[in-house]
Amino acid sequence: VVEEALKKAGLTFREGYDDIVTCSSDHWEGLTLTDIRHGEVAGAHLGPGEEKVCHDGANAVLFGCVKILSGHARVVVVTSACKENEVLNPSVIENFGFDAPYQQLLGLDFTQAGALQATCYMDRCGLAREDFARAAVKSRRAARDNPFLQGGGEAGVEEVMASQMLAYPITAMERKPACDGACAMVLACEERAGALTDRPVWIVGIGNCCDFHNLGDRDLAESRSLENAARQAYQMAGIRNPAAEIGVFEIGAHYSYQSLMWIEGLGLCGKGEAAGLLRDGHLERNGRMPVDPSGGLLGGVPRYVAGSNSVIEAANQLCGEAGEVAVEGRPRYALAHGTSGPAGQHHCVIVMKEGE
Amino acid sequence: VIVGIGQTYHRSKRPDVNVAELSAEGARAALTDAALSPKDIDAFIVGNMELFEGRYMQDLWQNDFIGAAGKPLLRVTTGGTTGGTLACAAFEYVASGLYDVVMALGFEKQSEGDSRAALKTVADPLINRWQTTGAIGYFSRQARWYMKEAGAPETAGSMVRVRLARHASRNPHAHLRLEIDSVDEAMKSPYLIPPLRQSDMCPASEGACAIIVAAEEKASKMAKRPVWVDDWISVHKEAVYVRGGRHSTADLEMAAAKLFERNNIQKPMEDISVAEIYGPATWAELEWLEAYGFCEKGAAWQLEEKGYFHLDSHFPVNPSGGVVCTNPIGATGLIRVAEAAIQLRGDAGDHQIARKPTKSFSSAWGGSGWTVAHLLSAQK
Repeated sequence: VVEEALKKAGLTFREGYDDIVTCSSDHWEGLTLTDIRHGEVAGAHLGPGEEKVCHDGANAVLFGCVKILSGHARVVVVTSACKENEVLNPSVIENFGFDAPYQQLLGLDFTQAGALQATCYMDRCGLAREDFARAAVKSRRAARDNPFLQGGGEAGVEEVMASQMLAYPITAMERKPACDGACAMVLACEERAGALTDRPVWIVGIGNCCDFHNLGDRDLAESRSLENAARQAYQMAGIRNPAAEIGVFEIGAHYSYQSLMWIEGLGLCGKGEAAGLLRDGHLERNGRMPVDPSGGLLGGVPRYVAGSNSVIEAANQLCGEAGEVAVEGRPRYALAHGTSGPAGQHHCVIVMKEGE
Repeated sequence: VIVGIGQTYHRSKRPDVNVAELSAEGARAALTDAALSPKDIDAFIVGNMELFEGRYMQDLWQNDFIGAAGKPLLRVTTGGTTGGTLACAAFEYVASGLYDVVMALGFEKQSEGDSRAALKTVADPLINRWQTTGAIGYFSRQARWYMKEAGAPETAGSMVRVRLARHASRNPHAHLRLEIDSVDEAMKSPYLIPPLRQSDMCPASEGACAIIVAAEEKASKMAKRPVWVDDWISVHKEAVYVRGGRHSTADLEMAAAKLFERNNIQKPMEDISVAEIYGPATWAELEWLEAYGFCEKGAAWQLEEKGYFHLDSHFPVNPSGGVVCTNPIGATGLIRVAEAAIQLRGDAGDHQIARKPTKSFSSAWGGSGWTVAHLLSAQK
C-alpha cells in the first residue's frame, strides 16, 4: 500500500518525504515493536524519521498533521496495518484493556462493554433491536460495492438479528468482522501539495478526546468525548452546521449501534433521531446525509486501520476517486472518524475539504 | 519551552502502586513543579512498551488517574525511544500552534509482566527469532566490538560504571545507587556474557517521568526558569542490524550530525555543556559518545580514564547516573530530556554539573537501532 500511495503522489521510495507515522498494535501481531517492520517498508532506514501511534488510525493522521503544522516535516507518509486473524481469541486481549483491579476481573471484553452501552442507549432513546440491525444491513449492502471490503452481504434485518447472539443486543453480524488489511496515505504541507497532486484534499479540522475509562463514571448513553473531539474539529474547520455543510461521513462503528450513536455524538441530529434518519433512508449513499457509503467497519476493516481507512474513503469522495461507492453530487466537505477503547472511550474526528 | 519537569523515584518493584497510580505520581510531580493543575493542560501524550506490563491499551485506564479525561490524548510507542519520542511529539504539538500546554508522560512497571519474554518477540519470527538473546546478547557483542575497534582494555566498561555510580549516588531519583568506588570493585561483578558484566548493564526499573511543554507566550507567565527547546530529530535503521556481521552506529551518527549541522554546532564538546545520553550498557556510552561526534573514534575510553566525563569535569555525561542506573523503559528517554533540562535550570542539587550550563544534548535509542535526539538551551 505504501508503494501505491507513493506512486499516486509521484514520489519514490525514501525520496521526497521527511517523516513517517505508522499505526499498528503489538498485541494483534504477537510481536513487540511492530513499527520496526512497518517503518522499514515505508522507508525509514537512515532517512525519514518514524513514529508509531498506538490508537485508532485516525490519530496517526492527526499526528501527521501536527508534524506538518509544527514545521518539522513537510511531507509525511501515514501507514496503518493490522492482522486481526493472527489472534485466536480477541476477547482475551480486550479483557486486558480494562483496569486491573476492577473491570478486568469482571471478565469484560469490548463487545460486552459495547452491549452495556447499546442497552443504555436503547433504553434512553426508546430504540429497538431492529434499529441497530438496520445499520448493519445498510453497511453490509454498501460494502458489496467496495472492492476493498470482504464483509459485504445481502442479509436483511431478520437474518442479522437471528445471527449468533454475542452479548445482548449485539449479534455476530452486528460486530465488525475480524480481518487483515493495511492502508497508506501521503500528507503534505500547502507549499508541497501542488507539486504532488492536482487533486488535493485539504484537512481543515482535527480533534481527539479521551473519556473516563471506568464505565461507571460515564453516562454510557451519551458520548461526551466524541462531542468534544467533534467540537475541536468543527471549530478549526469553521463549520457551524455540520449536518448541512458536510456532504459525506465515514465513521468508526465497530458495532451496529455505534453507527447511530456516533452520528448523534457528531452533532448531526438530535438525541435518538439517528434511527429515524436511517429508517427513512437519509443515511444511504444516495440519501441526504450519506454515512459510511464505503461500507464502513461493519463491511470489514481491521481495527487500527479503521480510522485512517475512513480518512482515505472520505478523501476519495472529495477528489472523485470513490468509484462505485461515490455519493451523489460532489460534496465539498467530508468527515472521517475513528474510535479506540471500550464503548467508545477515545474518539478522533477529521474534517476534510475538497481542493480548489 | 519546557515549563514543568517531574519524575517518580525508581525501584525494581513498586508494589505500593499499580500502573495507573505510578503514572499519576509522575504526572503529579510535573504539575507540581510547573504549579499547574490538570485543567491547564490542553493535550496529553503518553507512552510505554506496549507488551511489558502485559496489558492492552494501558493509556485508557490511566487516563482517569492523570486528569486526561475529556482531553485530547495520544499514545506513541516506539520501543526504547518511546520517552524521547514523547518529548518530540510534545514539542511538535506545541509548535503546530494547535495546543498551548502539553504534557508528555512516559512510564514502565516491568514487574507486572515479563519484559524479556516480550522483548524476544522483537526478532522476525521467520528469520532470526531462534537466535534472539534480548538486550544482553546485543550489548555483549557491542562491547566486544568496541574493545576490538577502539583498542580498549576490559576495564573500560568498569571505568564508566564507577562514574555512573558516583553520579547516581548524588541523584535521589536514581534506581541503582550502589557504592562502586573503584574499577577493581566493578570488575568483581560477574559476567553476563563476557566482556559484559552485570554492573555494565541497565536494570529493569519501575517509574514514570513527565514534562510539560508550553508555547512561548504562555511559558513566560508560567515558568520561573523556562528551558528552551532548540531542535529534535529521529533516525531509524533497518531491522537486520547484523547483516554481514557488521555492527553499525549509523543511526546515532546521522542523528547527531544532522542535529549539529542544523544548529550550527561545530565543536560539540565545547558548545554543549552537558549530555544525557541513552546508554543501556556502559560500553554503549563510550561507543556512542564517539558516534555522536563528541570525540574521535577510539578516544572515548581514554577520556573516560582521565575522568573527563565526570559531573565536575570538562564534559559531564549522564550526571543523573544514566540508563545503567535507572531504566523504566517507556520513561527512560524522557528522563534524559528531564535531567538535561534540570541541569540547564541549575536545579539538579547534588548532581548539578560544575560547568556553567548553556546547552544540553539528550538522546534515546531503541528498536532495531534507532535514535532520537534533542537540543535544549538555558537561554532563548
